[in-house]
Amino acid sequence: MSKTISLDGQTVAFAEGQTIMDAAMAAGIYIPHLCHNPEFRPHGSCKLCTVNVNGRNVASCTMPAAEGQQVLSDTEELNAERLALTQMLFVEGNHLCPACEKSGNCQLQAVAYYLGMMSPRFNHFYPQREVDASHPEVLLDRNRCIYCELCVRASREVDGKNVFGLSGRGIATTLVVNSTSGRLGDTAIAASDKAMQVCPTGALLVKRRGFVVPIGERIYDHRSIKEVQTGGGHE
Amino acid sequence: MINQAFELETAAHPENLKRVVIEPVTRVEGHGKVTLLLDEDNRVHQARFHIVEFRGFEKFIQGRPFWEVPVIVQRLCGICPVSHNLGAAKAMDMIVGAKLTPTAEKLRRLMHLGQVLQSHALHFYYLASPDLLFGFDSEVARRNIAGIAAAYPEIARQGVALRKFGQEIIRLTSGKRVHGTGAVPGGVNKNLSLAERDSLLKDIDQVIAWSQDAVNLIRKVYGERLDFHDGFGYFKSSFMSLVREDGALDLYHGGLRAKDQNDQLIFDHLDYSRYWDYVHEEVRPWSYMKFPFIRSMGRENGWYRVGPLARINNCDFIPTPLAEAERKIFREYGGGKAIHSTLAYHWARMIEMLHCAEGIKDLLHDGDLQGDELVTTGERSLRGVGVIEAPRGTLIHHYRINEDELIVRANLIVSTTHNNQAMNEAVRQVALKYLDGNELTEGLLNHIEVAIRAFDPCLSCATHALGKMPLEVELWDAEGRVIDRLARSGLGSCGV
Repeated sequence: MSKTISLDGQTVAFAEGQTIMDAAMAAGIYIPHLCHNPEFRPHGSCKLCTVNVNGRNVASCTMPAAEGQQVLSDTEELNAERLALTQMLFVEGNHLCPACEKSGNCQLQAVAYYLGMMSPRFNHFYPQREVDASHPEVLLDRNRCIYCELCVRASREVDGKNVFGLSGRGIATTLVVNSTSGRLGDTAIAASDKAMQVCPTGALLVKRRGFVVPIGERIYDHRSIKEVQTGGGHE
Repeated sequence: MINQAFELETAAHPENLKRVVIEPVTRVEGHGKVTLLLDEDNRVHQARFHIVEFRGFEKFIQGRPFWEVPVIVQRLCGICPVSHNLGAAKAMDMIVGAKLTPTAEKLRRLMHLGQVLQSHALHFYYLASPDLLFGFDSEVARRNIAGIAAAYPEIARQGVALRKFGQEIIRLTSGKRVHGTGAVPGGVNKNLSLAERDSLLKDIDQVIAWSQDAVNLIRKVYGERLDFHDGFGYFKSSFMSLVREDGALDLYHGGLRAKDQNDQLIFDHLDYSRYWDYVHEEVRPWSYMKFPFIRSMGRENGWYRVGPLARINNCDFIPTPLAEAERKIFREYGGGKAIHSTLAYHWARMIEMLHCAEGIKDLLHDGDLQGDELVTTGERSLRGVGVIEAPRGTLIHHYRINEDELIVRANLIVSTTHNNQAMNEAVRQVALKYLDGNELTEGLLNHIEVAIRAFDPCLSCATHALGKMPLEVELWDAEGRVIDRLARSGLGSCGV
């Protein structure tokens, strides 16, 4: 008999070693997240997936599921905190959706819409961040990086190239490129790399493909990120 | 006459003059102001039309990848963003070395005709018709689209419906009514399905009929006070526009043609990719808008007009029958020569709207719109220039990229910029003829705005809430004290 947790009052089965996020995803329950990708080890940095377990707030992507846990996720309070975190992400970087080719295919934008973000809330930082276009096929636009480390993990664990890393701490954190010059053009990255497929924003892009998918045919044009990630229909 | 007006740009002794400001100019796109310097007898000594905004697009796209630019720069404008999308896309075609497929070019042409139609409809019905149908100094409270809707409901309805039809074409070719993503470097990102085509075809004959009605209406209105309309803000100038290889009106592509004020060619069928050999820009300290001029004619005499009046005057024919018939009437009225009257812009604009409607119908019956060869590429270049005829006139987009494919330089000469000197001339002519020596009233000041509106200027290329722009006129004495103030509230009423 499988073990279970209670997630927003629903009984959810889990297997040994699964996190709360794993169990929720397997059950088709959406918990908002950005730095988590089930293909990679949990990172626990964006904190969007924070849930309340037996009275304590924890990141569901790193918290192992355990028998009898009482988990709250889709609550007004937690969603308000997720919204605030998302709004902070938007002002920490330079996320200009109207001119971004990832618009409509962007997880950050989709999560923001899902959480009900319709306008900015905090003052924009407008940080000065570098664009690295030195590679013939790949563009790195640090303006849109949210430091989820998915490209770091993918390049290291799948591509075996270790192209990216995070440097600095706190607000000074930056995505660095592992080459002598610090530029992408001097790395072995390729447009077909796994690292190029996992960016939840428009920070890592294959060059010259911008806006090739028409409006109406983009991932989140007709379905919310919850529907896309759980395979659910249009609400 | 030109020289007399030209002198009004800068008064010899401004320190002893009172200053009248119209700010912002209303029923135009964006923000601008007019300043007049008058002496104690209200004689006009200086008249200027200023653009007070700074947008900065040419600067802040530097460092961005070139393929992003057609979508970024269309944010210059909420009325005709398609113009900037297409102008930049044409420049990027050059950068990616593309020769467009018939499907891509025709879809872009369809999008463009749709936007010119909606933009012209917006201008004529929403912005200009209150002046033309009620009178320039009519009751200010109803001199707006709401007043038109009350007095001429069918005309107002047609204006709304025409605009909606044009917007629908934009939506179906670019994904959104405003700020879509249709044109990409080397082509387009979608074709037009048969269902989408049919949804447009069902209304097109009505759209053509309404466009014909609009030409009839402006021809009638113009003719009812012929001398007044001919003489209002009158001056002669050169004209510049694109024309097709055979001299036909072409809003999407062609060579540059300029004619002087005597209808003689200055240049013809010029390859626009080296426009800077023929057109220069001058900066003057009192306006954020530059003053372009035709290089061979010099700064003083080289200014010109663009837009519907320039295009209808310049082209040899219009390649759609109903609009061509109207062009012939227009030309005949000018005695076979170019018409220079400022208010003839309205007439020319409606002839173009009719051409757009006819052109849309022709394209909708073209099977290439359902093709699936959407994008091509070729030999890359570090420089791209794209020129189209936007609703308000010739639009130039010019970019340079570096080896990393990021923008390092951009120059945009937008339609309204070409008309800068001409709009100033129109303001000065009207100021001299109607305001000079008279006590200022709101109606008289509106005469100046009417002259500016004829050009359909897009001053900031931005959207604004209709009817909410306040108008303030301040009267200063020689010591710089405000001695009188006339203000119109955001609701369009007028009060002290």
